[in-house]
Amino acid sequence: MSKINAALIGPGNIGTDLLYKALRSEWINPVWMVGIDPESDGLARARKLGLKTTHDGVDGLVPHMREDNVQIVFDATSAYVHAENSRKVQAQGAIMIDLTPAAVGPYCVPPVNLKDHVGKREMNVNMVTCGGQATIPMVAAVSRVQAVEYGEIVATVSSRSAGPGTRKNIDEFTQTTARAVEAVGGAKRGKAIIILNPAEPPLIMRDTVHCITEGAPDQQAITESIKAMIEQVQKYVPGYRLKNGPVFDDRRVSVFMEVEGLGDYLPKYAGNLDIMTAAGLRTAEMFAEEIVNGTLVLEPQVA
Amino acid sequence: MSLKGTKVTIHDMSLRDGMHPKRHRISIDEMISIARGLDEAGVPMIEVTHGDGLAGASVNYGFPAHSDEEYLRAVRPHVKNAKISALLLPGIGTVPDLMMAHDCGVDMVRVATHCTEADVSEQHIKKSSELGLDTVGFLMMSHMLDPKGLVEQAKLMEGYGANCIYITDSAGYMLPDDVKSRLGAVREALNDETELGFHGHHNLAMGVANSIAAVEVGANRIDGSAAGMGAGAGNTPLEVFVAVTNRMGIETGVDLFKLMDVAEDLVYPIQDIPVRIDRDALTLGYAGVYSSFLLFAKRAQERYGVSSRSILVELGKRGMVGGQEDMIEDVALEMAKAAETAA
Repeated sequence: MSKINAALIGPGNIGTDLLYKALRSEWINPVWMVGIDPESDGLARARKLGLKTTHDGVDGLVPHMREDNVQIVFDATSAYVHAENSRKVQAQGAIMIDLTPAAVGPYCVPPVNLKDHVGKREMNVNMVTCGGQATIPMVAAVSRVQAVEYGEIVATVSSRSAGPGTRKNIDEFTQTTARAVEAVGGAKRGKAIIILNPAEPPLIMRDTVHCITEGAPDQQAITESIKAMIEQVQKYVPGYRLKNGPVFDDRRVSVFMEVEGLGDYLPKYAGNLDIMTAAGLRTAEMFAEEIVNGTLVLEPQVA
Repeated sequence: MSLKGTKVTIHDMSLRDGMHPKRHRISIDEMISIARGLDEAGVPMIEVTHGDGLAGASVNYGFPAHSDEEYLRAVRPHVKNAKISALLLPGIGTVPDLMMAHDCGVDMVRVATHCTEADVSEQHIKKSSELGLDTVGFLMMSHMLDPKGLVEQAKLMEGYGANCIYITDSAGYMLPDDVKSRLGAVREALNDETELGFHGHHNLAMGVANSIAAVEVGANRIDGSAAGMGAGAGNTPLEVFVAVTNRMGIETGVDLFKLMDVAEDLVYPIQDIPVRIDRDALTLGYAGVYSSFLLFAKRAQERYGVSSRSILVELGKRGMVGGQEDMIEDVALEMAKAAETAA
């Protein structure tokens, strides 16, 4: 089976973890790692794993994209540089998988709406936030059974797994996640809360999802829908687990999740980072499959 | 040591921390009458927000009777002299919420983080400071961090632009020596012009003693509540604190009898449940657990038949921090399952 060549921009924690996962992929062949610091550990590691690297940012990658047939690019940098990266990469005809909170393209939560994006030939999809990836499937599992008047998610991550970018711009997390709870989860109103917990040893990511349904919740159908959705997420994040619930209390439906990572590069407790990289790769694989099958033909985009 | 002549600014919490025992459902009329009473008694700072700060309205923390905006707009015109503050917890509230509060006429924003996570407050402290507001960095659950660690976190908030730093005993766990070591070290490290505050909870009946200890090592802002109305066993009862400061010659500028009357005539009558050191509130202080978990643990006991004290002790063991109210039901469910398996 042929694979689709891909590049990763941003050799930090997320980019490196994604690289380890991509190296196991049946559909994706990672060929380039792009950074801006010649001394970067992430670039050195990528070189050791056989990738071509550049420390000249996206401009160091662009001239090689055609000859190396790079058709998918992951951006694990920051919201500030993403728009520029995306424009340059799409001009070369590649699809952009955005792991920053920039949200230039539509939100993508694989088990909920990935198929729609592939069908619409979106050239830039955004992976929302870690909390969004962990919780929106649950909101959607309820809303596909019954209208959800209000969806609220509480994501708790270990302090060690929240990097300086997240901390400096924590509002981006709450705002972006809340919007995606509505846009992708299907709640009429969404709210997101994030908690950082410094306990040692670090706690595994926990996510609580509360939905208020319109009318009394159909307990059996919702429970079945939630279980089926969990199985879908487990296909790419095996450590995605229901700890408790669903609890039904009047019109409130609550589920209590735990997300343990695979521990590829990041520690297992950092399920929040793992679910981002796994969802990003899952998204890329779905596009790759379409490209290999000839159902998706890429062309340079003029922004 | 004599503290005669020391000036202390007191900050009333009954309309914010006091929202916890009221399940965030104080009426607009009650808010206005209490705020006016406090203002007339000469209390110089009054906080008005959902118990968990701006945008705290949620399943997780409770839906309030009115929005933050409705409360702030209603109270603001009735308060002549006091500064009105709003609390904001990054991760719950955002910069747009802060802008809303500013638009409602608040004079002060207090940005609260867990004591080890000050760097999530940068956006909010900078914005508040940029707007020219009295800007406070508020380090919660400070018993969980040593003085050296608190100094680092306090310096971060000061660096972002906070003109006052609070060491907050959210669990009501600290004893006077814990207060002195922490606030003493932070006072030493902050710039001279940066103010220092202490926010206590009364779970071990240490609210007043801890606040005096804080003043001894240089704190000049002290939080408390009329009638002590706040989470857990409440905050430092403000009228008691003022009586003690009067005896000691510490100057607060507050009319003690008027403040007593606010507590007696306006605040005690609106309490749905007595704010007191019952078994669960004492457990909070003893086990070092976030005070607003109290009523959630009691409700979990009712629903799942698991002892609220055991739930609180378990939450303490797991190192839960402020805002993790969702884990109360989670722990109760775990304990109920374990009990079923054992039976």
